[in-house]
Amino acid sequence: MRIYNAPSIIAGLLVLIGLLTFPFWYNAGDVVAAPEPSLDTPVLQGLQDKQCIEPTPYMRSKHMELLRHWRDEVVRKGKAIYVASDGREYEMSLQGTCLDCHSNTDQFCGRCHDYAGVEPGCWTCHLQPEENVP
Amino acid sequence: MGIRVSLFAVLALILVAYVGVALLGLELLFGVIMPYAAMAAFLAGLVYHVIKWARSPVPFRIPTTCGQQRALPWIKASEVDNPSTAVSAAARVALEALLFRSLLRNTKAELADGSLAYRWEKWLWLGGLLFHWSLLVIVLRHLRFFTEPVPGFVNLLRDLDGFLHVNLQVLYITDIVILLAVTYLFLRRVVIPQVRYISLPGDYFPLFLILSIALSGILMAHFIRVDVVAVKELAMGLVTFSPTVPEGIGAIFYIHLFLVSVLLAYFPSSKLIHMVGIFLSPTRNLPNDSRRRRHVNPWNYPVDVHTYEEYEDEFREKMKKADIPVERY
Repeated sequence: MRIYNAPSIIAGLLVLIGLLTFPFWYNAGDVVAAPEPSLDTPVLQGLQDKQCIEPTPYMRSKHMELLRHWRDEVVRKGKAIYVASDGREYEMSLQGTCLDCHSNTDQFCGRCHDYAGVEPGCWTCHLQPEENVP
Repeated sequence: MGIRVSLFAVLALILVAYVGVALLGLELLFGVIMPYAAMAAFLAGLVYHVIKWARSPVPFRIPTTCGQQRALPWIKASEVDNPSTAVSAAARVALEALLFRSLLRNTKAELADGSLAYRWEKWLWLGGLLFHWSLLVIVLRHLRFFTEPVPGFVNLLRDLDGFLHVNLQVLYITDIVILLAVTYLFLRRVVIPQVRYISLPGDYFPLFLILSIALSGILMAHFIRVDVVAVKELAMGLVTFSPTVPEGIGAIFYIHLFLVSVLLAYFPSSKLIHMVGIFLSPTRNLPNDSRRRRHVNPWNYPVDVHTYEEYEDEFREKMKKADIPVERY
């Protein structure tokens, strides 16, 4: 078997395979653990029942939908109270409700957001809890 | 006909993934085994085709020349459209791959008042360019799932591409552009009779497949939310060769992943191989230097030649007698 222009062909193939397998060698040898959002805040320490307003799997995948729903309810319909699926009532407020417990935004929000490479625009309008502001 | 076959093929693939994951619980098959098999088939297929092409000899220079060849010093040469060196040929291939320059010459032949006329036609170039660049940006953006930490250029691309926000979340410009471009590339095949006539299932199927992949991705981003952290755990498991199947990722993700796996496996044996083929097109990548360099056909067998010197040695005396001039006495 003869390969014509072998040096160019092999160099081209190496570049091609190198680019296409970038994620394999970029992470080679790494053991990547899933992010663990920290629940270590003064308010959460004092809680008996550490249950978020909705079950955790729902909050993990759909918290943004919930916040969007809250935005519509508060800003567009003038409602202030959210009734959770288990009947408990909360004030619909990112700063007043969510961040009251999750005051450690860098260790709670940030860990998953950095891991997944997303950067929500919350802090362009809302105030980040003081302990996180550099 | 080709449209219906391709459409049903893609719908069947979606159904297979949905039934497999939502009803039969085959997350391991669709989340780990298929992606690995598809990636292996993709890489092996690309290498196989490149090697196969490289085994064909290229005895002569056959570039398509689209400009003035390098000639006398006072004639202005067009180095990109008629490259004389390997460097300018490489520049030509690069411009072809990045900007599709040859498509810029696309014209539409028409009968106008009984005579043949060539019209300006740049829409295919524009649609093709927008489609390919969007696809590249989308693929690079997806590196956020396959790298930890996420490299800076991926985040930069996210910020540039995600300049627009809608409903409190990022709306990627490339997501919109790729939908429009693929729709255009499809409609073009349906609407223009000549193009429709030469379109085959192999033309429609990749279009429907890529459209379905884009739609399932956009659905996931905006309408049917999945647990993105779990998705990245699965992706990182794949690229670090320690596969895991996290709980609670929706079926829509597995549909997306299965369609991508099918695309990867299908890629090398289809027209999509032009991704590497473009770099090995002899009409593009050869410098036009036939008049400056001697190119020897590699399969030439040794030919017994009788040179003039030998001829003269053989017939010198007879030539002298016949008064034919000879070079050596």
